Amino acid sequence: MLKYILKRFLWMILTIWVIVTLTFFLMHAIPGDPLDMGDTGSSDAASANLAAYYNLDQPLGVQYVTYLKNVATFDFGPSMTSRSRDVNDMIESGFPASLQLGIASLVFSVISGVFLGVFAALRHNKMIDYITMIIAVIGISIPNFIQSMLFINYIAVNVDFFPIARWGTWQHVILPALALASGPMAIIARLTRSNMLEVLTQDYIRTAKAKGLTSFQIVVKHALRNALLPVVTIMGALTAAVLTGSFVIERIFSIPGIGQYFVNSISNRDYPMIMATTVIYSTILVVMMFIVDILYGLIDPRIKLHSKED
Amino acid sequence: MSVTTKKSANRVIEDRLFAPIDKNKAELNTLVRPSVGFWKDAWRRLLKNKLAVSGLVVIIALTIMAIIGPMLTPYSYSDQTLSNQNMGPSREHWFGTDNLGRDMFTRTWYGARISLFIGFAAALIEFFIGVIYGGISGYKGGRADNIMMRIIDILYGLPYLLVVILLMVIMGPGLFTIIVALTLTGWIGMARIVRGQVLQLKTNEYVLASKVLGADTSRIIRKHLLPNTMGPVIVSMTLTVPGAIFAEAFLSFLGLGVSAPVASWGSMANDALGVLNTGYWWRLFFPAFFISLTMLAFNVFGDGLRDALDPKLRR
Repeated sequence: MLKYILKRFLWMILTIWVIVTLTFFLMHAIPGDPLDMGDTGSSDAASANLAAYYNLDQPLGVQYVTYLKNVATFDFGPSMTSRSRDVNDMIESGFPASLQLGIASLVFSVISGVFLGVFAALRHNKMIDYITMIIAVIGISIPNFIQSMLFINYIAVNVDFFPIARWGTWQHVILPALALASGPMAIIARLTRSNMLEVLTQDYIRTAKAKGLTSFQIVVKHALRNALLPVVTIMGALTAAVLTGSFVIERIFSIPGIGQYFVNSISNRDYPMIMATTVIYSTILVVMMFIVDILYGLIDPRIKLHSKED
Repeated sequence: MSVTTKKSANRVIEDRLFAPIDKNKAELNTLVRPSVGFWKDAWRRLLKNKLAVSGLVVIIALTIMAIIGPMLTPYSYSDQTLSNQNMGPSREHWFGTDNLGRDMFTRTWYGARISLFIGFAAALIEFFIGVIYGGISGYKGGRADNIMMRIIDILYGLPYLLVVILLMVIMGPGLFTIIVALTLTGWIGMARIVRGQVLQLKTNEYVLASKVLGADTSRIIRKHLLPNTMGPVIVSMTLTVPGAIFAEAFLSFLGLGVSAPVASWGSMANDALGVLNTGYWWRLFFPAFFISLTMLAFNVFGDGLRDALDPKLRR
């Protein structure tokens, strides 16, 4: 077990390194000089100073090594658009909002998705089942940016139910988290439902019933455990969906998170910022998949972690 | 004819069975029950699923409208008539006009062209890369498989949006960039499905038999392994299309997709963001409705297809 975790961990580090390297060389492959001032009349000395400030006067190999060192210590250097602020400052100010939003929507999608899926399976082909599947289909079909526009217009502006366009209290989290969570929730609900339906026909469920267990015990102790395994495996992909979704949701709801900075940094060609966000988001994703892998082994005793898998 | 021999094997042998058969072979053939192949059977089951059929009908209707829709009006997608700003749906402009006086009907179906083109192109490219990569990885097995799967693991860790954005910066925005960026990370799922199937299938006896008879690797892959993986692959392709359409709308909404004045459902929805509260409901309604309808149709059809191709549900 420990050997497997260590192996996975090393693999995770390797993945992050590859991503960092790819990002670095891709950014430097872009034609054009980010410090090109055109005809603004800046002197050569000023340009040289700027190049030195952004470490651009060094050979590429040296720049790369410096960059690796900086990333390892979570120092992403100065931003190119706001000259006075470091990328780190901007990320520190944006990260809490993004984290709140991300965690809120992940938690919401998992809990409500599993609940809906279980109830739909228990009342197969009844009203609850149909309603759940309709919700799931809507959640998959209507893109999250359209959902959030509808939320803003009909729930926040017309009815004044939840506050928007600011950030700080828990009420501000609800609508964006809902819009962000509906897609993953729908996927989880469908997956849980189909797995539950399959598990409920198994012999050991009949045995549990014959033992005289209540249906609550059967569902929670016996059925749900096996039905949730596939849900755990897709958690990595769902995290990715929530991460990417947060870019657009943060923009629509004007949430001061990293996603905002990221979208802005693209249009401003702020290379250190783009690199920093790429590295951070990829790292979150890779770490999440590492956790899912380990978790999967812990939950499902049938998987022998040390065996030929790797 | 094999059907008749099998049947007679179960019967008690009587004398009359040894009577000479009718020499008219053409007539004999017509007596044999038509064989129902896997695909025909699947198609029949798909037709029974009303939801999936309606999904398919909607997809076909949308495709036809994407082709002829922009031709039905005298306007082009980029024609600006500044005196006709933000007009509601009327006889002149069936879906209304936008803030530059452009005809929304034309723009909506022009957007459908882009969305469907991206969807189908992405699905096709992913199909080819995924089948080749997954097929080789699954068939070779061992060390090659291990290395190829590790490469996939690394690519899987890259969020597609970041790849898209990096590519946009390098290649410049446009339709081509979007398709490249989507397929760059999108083929992974397909490759995994094909690999899993091939790993399972290659241990079957008929593959061994084929090998014994002297078939080379490429023949085994082409004739025996790939046709048998097609079921899950087609389902995955059907579900790739709405994913790609969503991704395009998402990118255009962020301003990273096709550049103006080209219309796309995502960019039209983005344009409507500013006027959401002014009562110009048609600005958001039409692009939003058609994105959702397309996604719904493909998802429902894909689900139906999955059920129809699932051998476990076969009777």
